[in-house]
Amino acid sequence: MTTRVIKVDALARVEGEGSLRVRIKDGRVKELQFGIFEPPRFFEAFLVGRDFREAPDIAARICGICPIAYELGAIQAMEDALDVQVPQPIRDLRRLIYCGEWIESHALHVYLLHAPDFLGLPDALQLARQDRELVQRALRLKKIGNDILEVIGGRPVHPVNLKVGGFYRVPTRRELLRLADDLKWAVEETLATVRLVAGFDFPPLEQDYTFVALRHEDEYAIQEGRLVSNKGLDIPVRAFLDHFDEEHVRHSNALHGTMKAVQTPYKVGPLARYAINHDKLGSLARQAAGAAGLGAVVRNPFQSIVVRAVELVQACVDALALVERYEPPEAPAVPVEPRAAEGHGCTEAPRGICYHHYRLAEDGSILLARIVPPTAQNQKIIESDLRKVVEAHLDLADQALQWRCEQAIRNYDPCISCATHFLKLTVERE
Amino acid sequence: MPGRMSHTQVIGIGNGWRRDDGVGPAVAALLAGRPKLRTAVLPGEGTELIAAWTGCERVVVVDAMRSGAAAGTIRHFDAVAAPLPVGAFPRLSHAFGLAEAIEMARILGRLPRRLEIYGIEAADLGDGAGLSAEVERAAHQVAAAIMSSE
Repeated sequence: MTTRVIKVDALARVEGEGSLRVRIKDGRVKELQFGIFEPPRFFEAFLVGRDFREAPDIAARICGICPIAYELGAIQAMEDALDVQVPQPIRDLRRLIYCGEWIESHALHVYLLHAPDFLGLPDALQLARQDRELVQRALRLKKIGNDILEVIGGRPVHPVNLKVGGFYRVPTRRELLRLADDLKWAVEETLATVRLVAGFDFPPLEQDYTFVALRHEDEYAIQEGRLVSNKGLDIPVRAFLDHFDEEHVRHSNALHGTMKAVQTPYKVGPLARYAINHDKLGSLARQAAGAAGLGAVVRNPFQSIVVRAVELVQACVDALALVERYEPPEAPAVPVEPRAAEGHGCTEAPRGICYHHYRLAEDGSILLARIVPPTAQNQKIIESDLRKVVEAHLDLADQALQWRCEQAIRNYDPCISCATHFLKLTVERE
Repeated sequence: MPGRMSHTQVIGIGNGWRRDDGVGPAVAALLAGRPKLRTAVLPGEGTELIAAWTGCERVVVVDAMRSGAAAGTIRHFDAVAAPLPVGAFPRLSHAFGLAEAIEMARILGRLPRRLEIYGIEAADLGDGAGLSAEVERAAHQVAAAIMSSE
């Protein structure tokens, strides 16, 4: 009998602190744990007792890469509770700032965090040494996303201008139009990105995933829609807790997401969105996906880098259209009055669906808060992918196997800080 | 390099609502409006830092540190001469903070001709505004040092 132990103490190029422990006995994986040891952050408890108007800015602090997901999830839930409808120009501005978040987050992950895996490089600094121009373009693209956040949200990280009912201040048409030339460049650049990453080698791995994503009748869903799966689920956001649950496991400080009916892992994020909403992609993004060899459903998680690049095209096209047709709303926000109520919100963070639930007292103070972030939901499917990756590559030496495992985890662009609100890998071969 | 700007760009990194983490913004505020100086406050995200200093002749970055030294201890680094010491400054989301931005800019040829980093040892990183006394004194010393080296 042989025993192998592979240990990664700190996984690089993910957000937060996690570990991976794999024990292999007689050529089979006996134990695999994707552990999250970043301490719990207690955001839900912080929110209890605060005024409903404070929730977006507090929730935004869960993540420096996807604050808009948390702000808009909280805002949507409060507006659901208080029966607030916002006019189209405010809805458009929210989609535009969310496109900005997708652009900065996806650009960072595709080029600087994930591409090095496929090019056999340890990090983005080595990538920059090998291809300076590529990294210059990546930084420009990320900066364009940041600029959208700053113009609409007041600053590029943790924007402060979003509120329940709308915005504190809306940008002028001129302020937004300044973004147009950069976004025209970004559309062309992201098309080139799809072509670039489509040429990478993808380790063979396909799973019959249960994909869950938002779906909207009129657009590639980002900030609203119904929760839909490829296995027959089609529910309003408010029914989330009827169908989904979370459970605690010993090796993770982040709760694991489960589906109540089937008790099987499910997958959220780019592959899920793409499978559920392929027909809602604009023509440019859909053509780019087709030219990259992607079908309407992608089941190889290593190809998530290509799907993210396709989503970058979509986000840039949408952002440009929103900038060009922008007319400021008559008022930056609609009035909101507190009352005892309950509300639900869900948006597509770059890493997948992010659910919010709040119960409010008569004076608008928060009695209950629950937030289910995407990486928490993906933990079980990450472990499932890893088990298959390890079993398919048992012939690899420990160092090469570790590399492949880390690459498989980065397929999910995991935000562990969000989920607890990185990677120590231990492989034991017996 | 064409288009280099002759003023000194001072960048304060930090959050004024987390006590001594606000020392970078505090130094920027002390220097705001001074001739030949421009000031900016940034959260420390790498892309923003590189964009802010690209094309500048001289850049001074001020940030809080937690190295275990006495509160208010000032450290001065020449980032053009050498990388920052490992772990000297807090790392940001997805590990692309000040130290990574400096090394990326070095490879990309986007470092200013002079890039100085002042680190000021923090005492209190709790909630709220206001610096602890030692850090406040250090902020004035660093602001004076930046002006005198102009």
